[in-house]
Amino acid sequence: MALLETRGLTAAYGDFQALFGVDITVGAGETIAIIGANGAGKTTLMRSISGVLANATESILYRDEPIGALPAPDILARGIAMVPEGRKLFPSLTVEENLLIGNYGRKVVGPWTLESIFALFPILKERRSNPATALSGGQQQMVAIGRALMSNPEVLLCDEISLGLAPVVVRDIYAAFPRIRETGASIVIVEQDIAQALNVADRVYCMMEGRVTLTGRSTDLSRDDIHKAYFGTEHHELA
Amino acid sequence: MNWLDTILQGVLLGGLYALFAAGLSLVFGIMRLVNLAHGDLIVLAAFLILVLVTTLGLNPFISALVAMPLMFAIGWALQYFLLNRTLGKDILPPLLVTFGLSIVIQNGLLEGFSADSRRVFAGSIESASVNLGPVTAGIMPLMTFFSAVAVIVGLNQLIYRTSVGRAFRATSDDPVTAGLMGIRPQRIFAMATGLAMVVVTIAALYLGTRANFDPTSGPSRLIYAFEAVIIGGLGSLWGTLAGGIILGVAQTVGAAINPEWQILAGHLAFLGVLLFKPRGLFPRAVD
Amino acid sequence: MTMAIPSFTVETRTRASTLSAMAVIALLLLAFAAPFIVSRGVIQDLFFILTMLVLAQNWNLLAGYAGLISVGQQAFVGFGAYTMFGAVILFGVDPVVAILIAGLFSVALAIPTAFFTFRLYGPYFAIGTWVVAEVVRLLLAQWKALGGGTGTSLPREATREMIGVNMMRDLFGMKASEAGDALTYWLALILVIATVGFIYGLLRSKQGLGLAAVRDNEQAARAVGVDARRMKTLVYLATAFITGIAGALIYVQKARISPDAAFSVTDWTAYVIFIVVIGGIGTIEGPILGVIIFFLLQNLLADFGSWYLLMLGLLGIAIMLFAPRGLWGLFSDRTGIQLFPVRRVLKGGPLNLTHKGGPHG
Repeated sequence: MALLETRGLTAAYGDFQALFGVDITVGAGETIAIIGANGAGKTTLMRSISGVLANATESILYRDEPIGALPAPDILARGIAMVPEGRKLFPSLTVEENLLIGNYGRKVVGPWTLESIFALFPILKERRSNPATALSGGQQQMVAIGRALMSNPEVLLCDEISLGLAPVVVRDIYAAFPRIRETGASIVIVEQDIAQALNVADRVYCMMEGRVTLTGRSTDLSRDDIHKAYFGTEHHELA
Repeated sequence: MNWLDTILQGVLLGGLYALFAAGLSLVFGIMRLVNLAHGDLIVLAAFLILVLVTTLGLNPFISALVAMPLMFAIGWALQYFLLNRTLGKDILPPLLVTFGLSIVIQNGLLEGFSADSRRVFAGSIESASVNLGPVTAGIMPLMTFFSAVAVIVGLNQLIYRTSVGRAFRATSDDPVTAGLMGIRPQRIFAMATGLAMVVVTIAALYLGTRANFDPTSGPSRLIYAFEAVIIGGLGSLWGTLAGGIILGVAQTVGAAINPEWQILAGHLAFLGVLLFKPRGLFPRAVD
Repeated sequence: MTMAIPSFTVETRTRASTLSAMAVIALLLLAFAAPFIVSRGVIQDLFFILTMLVLAQNWNLLAGYAGLISVGQQAFVGFGAYTMFGAVILFGVDPVVAILIAGLFSVALAIPTAFFTFRLYGPYFAIGTWVVAEVVRLLLAQWKALGGGTGTSLPREATREMIGVNMMRDLFGMKASEAGDALTYWLALILVIATVGFIYGLLRSKQGLGLAAVRDNEQAARAVGVDARRMKTLVYLATAFITGIAGALIYVQKARISPDAAFSVTDWTAYVIFIVVIGGIGTIEGPILGVIIFFLLQNLLADFGSWYLLMLGLLGIAIMLFAPRGLWGLFSDRTGIQLFPVRRVLKGGPLNLTHKGGPHG
């Protein structure tokens, strides 16, 4: 049974339609990746699921409950946390305060506490009293991931976490993912780095111009298929 | 003329202005809203205390305690049901709506209480004073000043040490991302205005017991509050206290030279600060 | 095949505006003839309406077009009025000439005022303008030659012997007081025409486009070379000039001044804001409609004292929340009618010329 599902999800910013009937499913404990070029609609999809954008209520289901029209705090309360694109740390808060605020709207006992996040990213413990914006890009991304984990989410949405970071830093951050998976959480990552996405995800959705153009298990997809789905020479549907 | 005494009275008066200003500063810091009815809400709270004193025969200090939750509720509802609708990129709607509110409160009070000057009587404490070496200070002005310090310490503790305070700061930074943390900005704003009204009630207690007030006293309280905020620099409550003190001292020194110059001297001090330090004396550097 | 290069014409005129232009001319002729047609009481009412309209148009230009929300325009009304009183009482200047001097002095006041208040961030600008008005009021209240805090009156001879009054007495056989009222009324009418003409011309000009760009997005406007600060300063100075003239004119007619009345927030700013908000901010028609509604409400409800202001406040809040473009905005949206069109409409060009370049062309 799918834990999280979108059904014919459409979204628009004013006159500009960004999503045209997107169907994705996320199983319990599963990691999926959403890849695609700039403007493919990946971030709009994340903003729709997380409640930043309001949608038709039946177009997003969580544990079979329609949640498409709920605002962000209600989505978080149900266990879906997001690491937003561009990290969006709070500049007025210290590193530790940025982490602590992550569970403001959802306080459940689980594997993630301030201490276990400091264990996951030890550098953050050293810099806990610094303003969050004084950190390097990679460290800021760690704060953003830790902040989302503080709510002990059942689904973790990660939007473009490698954007603008050096490859070695990206590798450090993705090194934390096996530990996150161990807790049983489902993970949805949006990535432009195809190799990284295939590496971490069980399944991949490729998007182009607001539609899913390719989907399949990471191990089944050839580079050629992805290339075509990415740049739109042909549409594929892999079983 | 005793200059030391004049300056001390000015410093203590500055405590009252800091109390006027703290609520304005808090609300502006969290939601960038300037409430033009702030002064009228202080006067409204003073009338509320007056009613509690006269009808229930309560002590003014107890009345203020009773008035606090009422004013919190008024502030909460005002923000949640009215002012939240005006927030956005355009600064025109919140300014015009609060300006309208100012007119509504003033004229509502005129209808209810007439244009007569009122005063809340606090009994013998009003005339009590202590000797501080070469000068004497009234107990009430001293209480005003220390209430201002206590309010600022309390607000700073709340903002920098509690979960709600973190939510205040996070919402001020970025309300959309705050939503992802489960924070409902609309409720945070309502709580902030409610809290500002609790501070307003404390300010009203001292306004009402120290001097006469009438339904049209609000706008000048707004102006003093605003001047204290700008002199001190946006974003720092201690700066606001300093701003209040500078304003208070300027007024008492002006009044000592010529009684007609009291208010004018305060305004000129404000314009002087604006001329030489447009960001205020203590702008938020590290916070 | 050669393609004709489509030629555009840019028009801001609409059919309603052509019709209304003729109606306006007829109305103006009637308005100028009014002192010979209606009673002196009506002329005084019309004078009040016209001067409030001037103040409203100016505030609308500031807030609705330049994004400068001032609650301190009473500074210029009061300063203009006091300048006129000073010129007449201390220097024996003719009141009509003194009105012009008042406009110039108001600009002189607006320069330092802008210097101070433009340093304040948006909403705080509003209160900053108020402080300046208070400072000017307190300073003038110290000026004993003009009555200090209690104020003073214009000498009777000054208004009786104003430029034009004697001529009107000889020409139309009016009494001096009658002629004085007619004269101030005509001056108010001319001021309204000049103000509306100035604002309409400004909004249709290149500067007006720049102003609209600044209002919509200051950063973007700056990026395409509009000097936002300069535009705002010029608008601020221009409105100070006209507001000062209006203040002086109002007090030539009142003939009695005091600091509290001349610098009243309620009379010169609150009423003006309500007129603009109720009528429709950001349009020229809005303040016209607003001042008519305001006048009717005031006559209907003036006996209710503070209830009247309370109701006006509630009405203003309700309009700001539910119809932020005011009653004229509601009307214009439904009917498409604009009397002073400033929006630019493309006429001609490819849309009208498609038959030339079509598939069979």
